Amino acid sequence: MATTEEIQSGLAEILEEVAGVLPADATPEKSFTEDLDVDSLSMVEIATAVEDKFGVAIPDDELANISTVGDAVSFIEKNQS
Amino acid sequence: MTRRLSARAGAPGARILGFGDYRPRRIVTNEEISQRVATDDEWIRTRVGIAERRFAGDDESVVDMSVAAAGKALATSGVLAQDIDTVIVATCTPPAPIPGLAPEVAHRLGIASAGAFDLNAACAGFCYGLASAADAIRSGSSQNALVIGAEKLTDWTDQDDRGTCIIFGDGAGAAVVTATDSPGIGPVVWGSDGEKSRAISVADRSSFMEMDGRAVYRWATTQLADSAHRACKLAGVDISDIDVFVPHQANLRIVDSMVRTLKLRDDVAVARDIVTSGNTSSASIPLALTAMIERGEVKTGDTALLLGFGAGLTFAGQVIICP
Repeated sequence: MATTEEIQSGLAEILEEVAGVLPADATPEKSFTEDLDVDSLSMVEIATAVEDKFGVAIPDDELANISTVGDAVSFIEKNQS
Repeated sequence: MTRRLSARAGAPGARILGFGDYRPRRIVTNEEISQRVATDDEWIRTRVGIAERRFAGDDESVVDMSVAAAGKALATSGVLAQDIDTVIVATCTPPAPIPGLAPEVAHRLGIASAGAFDLNAACAGFCYGLASAADAIRSGSSQNALVIGAEKLTDWTDQDDRGTCIIFGDGAGAAVVTATDSPGIGPVVWGSDGEKSRAISVADRSSFMEMDGRAVYRWATTQLADSAHRACKLAGVDISDIDVFVPHQANLRIVDSMVRTLKLRDDVAVARDIVTSGNTSSASIPLALTAMIERGEVKTGDTALLLGFGAGLTFAGQVIICP
């Protein structure tokens, strides 16, 4: 089980790799689309990378409810196996 | 007593002799689209990788474009129309469901009494058609076949819907397939996922195309690599033997993602015809290959991996030796 900090830094790595977001910018209150300029297809890539890294499933309808970095961290935390 | 029927002896293999294409005259740029819907060149390029696409006019029907592309493929191949015995038109945008378009296409090409039928596997249609032609040749039903992918997607696209109008274009591509001792078309790996049948669909005859881009993107970028590897294995080649990669031109980001996932060689020629053609569904693979051959990016004898995927959802992939 990854800790909150591990999830946060793992997610930041994915964000940098997929969408070129600087790790320092990936703070919990940031909105993916509004603040970090991540579009819907990049969100899908982030979701599949998160699935591989943390062993969670993020179906498209759940993905639609994830709008901030903090939402993503708590989703992973709740659903990791 | 149950009778035992005799089977026909077929050829050991099938190969492609030549490709041809038809690109409609009218070029529609991102600037022109942004005059109609709220978008701009940069937005379209970053989302889907398209700079311009072609829109067919009234005198460029699916049949017209099929005949033009097939005529060019025949000329490139050096095969006479009268020697073609099978015509397959892969399309999901016929102007009407009856009759099928293939008999008229054959007639206009001067091909008498060919076996002729339409095939709808959407954007995977050309690969399904190629597999059907190769199998017909191997079973003795055909000697020389024409496989055409032709679409007039603009007939079914809402030009006020920003989600779809930036993506789709029109066009046709064709290949001549012939019997041979040494196979130049590998076994097809095909399949479908009908649970996602609504992901790309036209609800009824008065509706336009609707697409769940996110679902299609996820499916295409995560579920298809395995089939591509299987197609290589069945053809007896390694992924590192692939010289040319021609996936369906759905979205440049899907193309780039597949290139990364498949771990192709760095010097592989990758089809990126979508930049100037948009997504032309079943026409995209032969359109891209014709242009790559004409530009000299693809040479005779190159090993190419084709991968079609789209509405249905359907997919089909095979390895071919380039003519």
